[in-house]
Amino acid sequence: MAAMDFALTEQQQWIRKEVAALARSFPPEYWLERDRTATYPWEFVRAFGQAGWLGMIVPEAYGGSGLGVTEAALMLHEICAAGAGTTGCSPVHFYCFPPMPVIKHGAEALKQKYLPRVASGEIVMSFGVTEPNAGTDTSRIQTFARRDGDRFVVNGRKVWNTNARQATHILLLARTEPRDAHPGKPFRGMTLFFTEFDRARITVQEIEKLGRAAVDSNEIFIDGLEVPAENVVGEVGQGFYHLLDSLNPERVFTGIEAVGIGRAALARAVDYARERVVFDRPIGKNQAIAHPLAAAWARLEAAEMMCLKAAWLFDQGQPCGAESNAAKFLAAEAGFEACDAALQTHGGYGYAKEFHVERLWREVRLYKIAPVSQQMVLNHLSEHVLGLPRSY
Amino acid sequence: MKILVAIKQVPDTATQVKISGDPKAIETSGITWIISPYDEFAVEEALRIKEKRGQGDVVAVSLGPDRVKEALRSALAMGADRAVHVNDPALAGADTLLTARALAAVVKQESPALVICGRQAIDDDMGAVGAQLAELLGWPCASWIMEETVDADAKTVRVGRQVEGGLEVFDLPLPAVLSAQKGLNEPRYPTLKGIMGAKKKEIKDVKAADLALGDAAPQLTVTTLEALPPRPPGRIIQGEVKDAVKELVRALREDAKVI
Ligand SMILES: Cc1cc2nc3c(=O)[nH]c(=O)nc-3n(C[C@H](O)[C@H](O)[C@H](O)COP(=O)(O)OP(=O)(O)OC[C@H]3O[C@@H](n4cnc5c(N)ncnc54)[C@H](O)[C@@H]3O)c2cc1C
Repeated sequence: MAAMDFALTEQQQWIRKEVAALARSFPPEYWLERDRTATYPWEFVRAFGQAGWLGMIVPEAYGGSGLGVTEAALMLHEICAAGAGTTGCSPVHFYCFPPMPVIKHGAEALKQKYLPRVASGEIVMSFGVTEPNAGTDTSRIQTFARRDGDRFVVNGRKVWNTNARQATHILLLARTEPRDAHPGKPFRGMTLFFTEFDRARITVQEIEKLGRAAVDSNEIFIDGLEVPAENVVGEVGQGFYHLLDSLNPERVFTGIEAVGIGRAALARAVDYARERVVFDRPIGKNQAIAHPLAAAWARLEAAEMMCLKAAWLFDQGQPCGAESNAAKFLAAEAGFEACDAALQTHGGYGYAKEFHVERLWREVRLYKIAPVSQQMVLNHLSEHVLGLPRSY
Repeated sequence: MKILVAIKQVPDTATQVKISGDPKAIETSGITWIISPYDEFAVEEALRIKEKRGQGDVVAVSLGPDRVKEALRSALAMGADRAVHVNDPALAGADTLLTARALAAVVKQESPALVICGRQAIDDDMGAVGAQLAELLGWPCASWIMEETVDADAKTVRVGRQVEGGLEVFDLPLPAVLSAQKGLNEPRYPTLKGIMGAKKKEIKDVKAADLALGDAAPQLTVTTLEALPPRPPGRIIQGEVKDAVKELVRALREDAKVI
């Protein structure tokens, strides 16, 4: 009967502790400097690579540790809670999410060729789905891969391709058949590729953005990129479906990252509220300061629990679409609210870069938009959980 | 070459220590426990010796209650091969000499070529166990070492100690006891594989009886712990700078008597 158990395993607790220790060895000033100079956090990524964390979800047979979504989520949370923000977690996140479809659906030869180098951190990945004319509505992507003997030739354009400036490889979704090839099935006819990021064939143009200046997001122009047929992930024409079962983990990852960032901001705010004296009393004595922080804590706890429940369901092989979507929704709100309350607590200093909260506040805003917007999450819940008619 | 590392589990440096209801002890609830940082240098150095020689056996030893297993497991995750946990309520109040006697008994069972420990534990700062252990074993001891090199045949070890204005270099025959000073090395973080592998490594439980300690009564007993008196509040000298400086100098000379 003792089925309900919220305890982490000893190993999970340990992962949390060690990731926290490693991540906290990079002080807030390190992240401030990355943001100010828009320089990639290589020292941080290498430290995580050396300690084996990048191979977390790669199976042991390919040189990784074969752990689950729960463990990866705990790692990403601790990185964010340590104050590294999206600047620190995105590069590590990219070792958790893009490899997933390869692990799940890739042919043996493809896995043997690439996964060991993913696990060691040698391969740096970007992930190309979103296009200028196809954001939320993925079926409308136009990037096309034309079969030519034992290879494909890809032409098209992707936007918001994060990490492209560093990437050695890309997980790329392209059409191999036009959208109307299978009437009523717009998601068929797309194919997933894992291939070398060939800079002779891909031009990268960075997008200036609100936060995370250190980790680039780009528009990329693909002009005659040649991809060997053995670099197709899974089956030709089934790419979208191969991607689909990795999207729930991605929601969990991004959700728990937002929670972690909220925690980092909250910790700063609590310290500040205790120390800042105005009208002869620490500002934290005012309930108008204390309550938003207390509420932020409660929301973060709830959101984290939802993330971990979704992760647990996934690791148990159970359906987790509703939970993953709800987790990402709650977490993006809770993370943002926590950062906002933290910024308000700091008064004018909240607006100053030196106090580190404004950076977290800018970064955490992303999670309400990407990888899937709050509206689209609610669309999913309305339709698939509540059974309401689809509105679009 | 077998190397034994003696480690102590202590409260995290960030802990705000509070004296418990029983004024002989500190409040332990809510404390995060870590390996004493100087002992981490010792673990790291032992691992480096092993790696440099391409072979060897690093055994971590600690004395303390159940929670100490966590510290031993951290040492195993860093790369130690085995651990010995001296875990016996009879030793709960052990002073440095009793701790050293227990460790000496473990050393005799394990017969390593080298023992490394931290220069002191950062909780009670006694700094006595390493030297006492060497004395009980009749082994040479070098404390607060900043560097070491074990010779190719593992017969001697050359160590450097920082002294005022320079480095003092010694040769010691092995077996010997060394204690680590900050600067000896930069301890590694455990790898994920190390963490996963640590579960499979042996932690041997040892009782006082297994060590034939005989009389296990400590000779040093804590009478009481007293908190420091609160710091008197600072004083802000108001007024024109010219006058304030005069007043400051006067106060430093006459009230504080520091100049
Ligand atoms: C910093 C950053 C990094 C990113 N990294 C990557 C990456 O590495 N790889 C990648 O492929 N993509 C990436 N993305 C893209 C991201 O996934 C998309 O921005 C996101 O999916 C939204 O698509 P869109 O921007 O085209 O918005 P649109 O699809 O144009 O939507 C605009 C707005 O309309 C709303 N909307 C649209 N339709 C509906 C509807 N039916 N009901 C209610 N609301 C609706 C949306 O929710 C949104 O608010 C990144 C984005 C950002 C900002």
